[in-house]
Amino acid sequence: MPDVILEIRELQASAAGKEILRGVNLTIRAGEVHAVMGPNASGKSTLAYVLAGREGYEATAGTVRYAGNDLLAMPSEARARAGLFLAFQYPVEIPGMTTLQFLKAALNSLRKHRGLEELDAIDFLALVRERVQLLDVDADFLNRPLNAGFSGGEKKRNEILQMAFLDPKLAILAETDSGLDIDALKIVAGGVNALRSQDRAMLLITHYQRLLNFVVPDYVHVLLNGRIVKSGGKELAVRVEERGYGWLEEPGDRIFAPKVTP
Amino acid sequence: MKEMGPVIDHYRSDWLRFQRESTGSMPEWIKRYRQAAGTCFADMGFPTSHHEERRYTDVTPVMETPFAFAWHAPEISKGEAEPIVSWVGPRHQLTFVNGHFAPSLSLLHRLPQGVIVGSLRDCDEASSSLLEPHLGRHAWHEDHAFVALNAAFLNDGAFLYLPAKMAVEEPILVLFLSSPEGQATISHPRVLVVAGPSSQATVIEGYVGMKGDCYFTNAVTEVVLGEEAVVNHHLLQEESQAAYHIATLAVHQERNSTFMSHSLALGGALARIEVHGLLADEGSTCTLRGLYAAAGRQHVDIHTRIEHARRRCTSRQLYNGILGGHARGVFDGRVLVRQDAHKTDASQTNKNLLLSEDAVVHSTPQLEIFADDVKCVHGTTVGQLDPDALFYLRSRGLDLEDARRVMTQAFSSELFGYIGPARIRDRFTELLSQWTLRTSSESLSA
Repeated sequence: MPDVILEIRELQASAAGKEILRGVNLTIRAGEVHAVMGPNASGKSTLAYVLAGREGYEATAGTVRYAGNDLLAMPSEARARAGLFLAFQYPVEIPGMTTLQFLKAALNSLRKHRGLEELDAIDFLALVRERVQLLDVDADFLNRPLNAGFSGGEKKRNEILQMAFLDPKLAILAETDSGLDIDALKIVAGGVNALRSQDRAMLLITHYQRLLNFVVPDYVHVLLNGRIVKSGGKELAVRVEERGYGWLEEPGDRIFAPKVTP
Repeated sequence: MKEMGPVIDHYRSDWLRFQRESTGSMPEWIKRYRQAAGTCFADMGFPTSHHEERRYTDVTPVMETPFAFAWHAPEISKGEAEPIVSWVGPRHQLTFVNGHFAPSLSLLHRLPQGVIVGSLRDCDEASSSLLEPHLGRHAWHEDHAFVALNAAFLNDGAFLYLPAKMAVEEPILVLFLSSPEGQATISHPRVLVVAGPSSQATVIEGYVGMKGDCYFTNAVTEVVLGEEAVVNHHLLQEESQAAYHIATLAVHQERNSTFMSHSLALGGALARIEVHGLLADEGSTCTLRGLYAAAGRQHVDIHTRIEHARRRCTSRQLYNGILGGHARGVFDGRVLVRQDAHKTDASQTNKNLLLSEDAVVHSTPQLEIFADDVKCVHGTTVGQLDPDALFYLRSRGLDLEDARRVMTQAFSSELFGYIGPARIRDRFTELLSQWTLRTSSESLSA
């Protein structure tokens, strides 16, 4: 069996003092693609942020092992250096820095901590070109300020490019599909598919099933009220799409109306 | 002012000695100017923070220290000066040490016909007649103690003269090095740039402290632009962290002239830059952009006053500040639109980034408008590093310190992006990068 990359046990977490995750269990092995689906306020973004180490999202109980290490004890940059990548739902705009400069700073930071030399300008650009081709994306935004004035699709495409570029062991995509038109969705999905590999694990966190039309996951989990209430194969996503989340509610839980798909 | 008596007396006695000893070849009119300015200063004394224009800048430490006039300049070897200027690789360079012209550190390649780049002290009769209509006519000493003090001790300085239609392509570097020996000295750098009609030049003014000592640089620069002249001015202030730096830049613009100034102010325990721009005739454009960065207990003060005297003139001001530690920043910008100055287009923006809780900025952009048909905007922002952006960078592997540094540089790059000549833009960027490296740990712990 492939190595376990991520092992979440009875994870509880709160954001802004409010309890959000209420005992999450999830094991992801190398090469696997998992999808976590859930309605609004089910705890999807909290799960992503707790794993990435964002301030304000606090694990209150449970454990998370990442490649054998205690993930929760690591600062966010250490997680990144150990190969964890979060594709943001809302990537930040940094007007004074080009995407290329950002990629270079990130890559060299990772390399430095892996005991590798910083890439010089020529090798760096060669790598950029290679990854851009792999993703078949238009690279015109590389010299523009990072995400500044980008459309939603461009921002997400940029996240995928960063992922391709930083070559993570575990990629977490936080609602990367939200707000995308079908063309942008295909580009994002194409990038994710291109990056699937035996060594890499992926966790897609999504509200809708439609991304899963293009990226076929190995496992699907339904997150409701801070717990994974059902796990299955890709067919589970189809059932959620058809029937909504209501049938999965546990007695006594708050009822959330699934968001109407536009 | 009473308690300042002894210090004023100290300057007066230095001044009397100065007048006795600098009998040299200065033209009579310069001597008269010095005399008038010295008398003026003795009558006026130093300003206090009660003066409205200095509300946030307490110049008491400058006034309390009896700075000794730097009678002599120490020897500075070419090797010592080289790293300061290598980035520009200047072809035209005037260097002054403690206010004294240093020919061995200066060089002048062939200049176009009629162009003068030289020291004021060496000016001949012909130069004197070119200087006389301008020197001291734009930076007023009557109501400005520091200008008066500078003028009272006027003995040397840089003189740049461009005849009509002459363009000097290579930047002209005017460098003022300070290297006090043993005691706190004062120098009075002086620059006069006279750009004739339709002439063009790029000027770099640099102020660099060679040692970490306390000294006082009291500089005055006058720039006069004839009709259609273009002057691209750059100012690099890298004084020592213990130094005082007070500089006045006075600009006079004739019809359809263009003045652009980009500045970077990093040094000084107390540093103040005043810019007085007079758009004296129609169609002129004055653009001032500057970045000030201060940490520790530094105090930096930017004071601008742009006067739109006639129609159809444009002024643009963008000043960005980065303040860490316990630093204090002041931006006091004023745009004055005279009654006849219709179709004025003026903007004034001040953005500040505070890197620590103890850093403070006082920003007062002001518009005084006496004409009807004008377009004037101003605005100020004060903010901290965006925590979302810091997390974004950390999630890509940068540690907090690097993330802060990257964000600080990103903040400065908007302004630096406007600088035309690449080597100047790169130098500004590099100096700020060194500054953030030096100060980031300090700001974090503050």
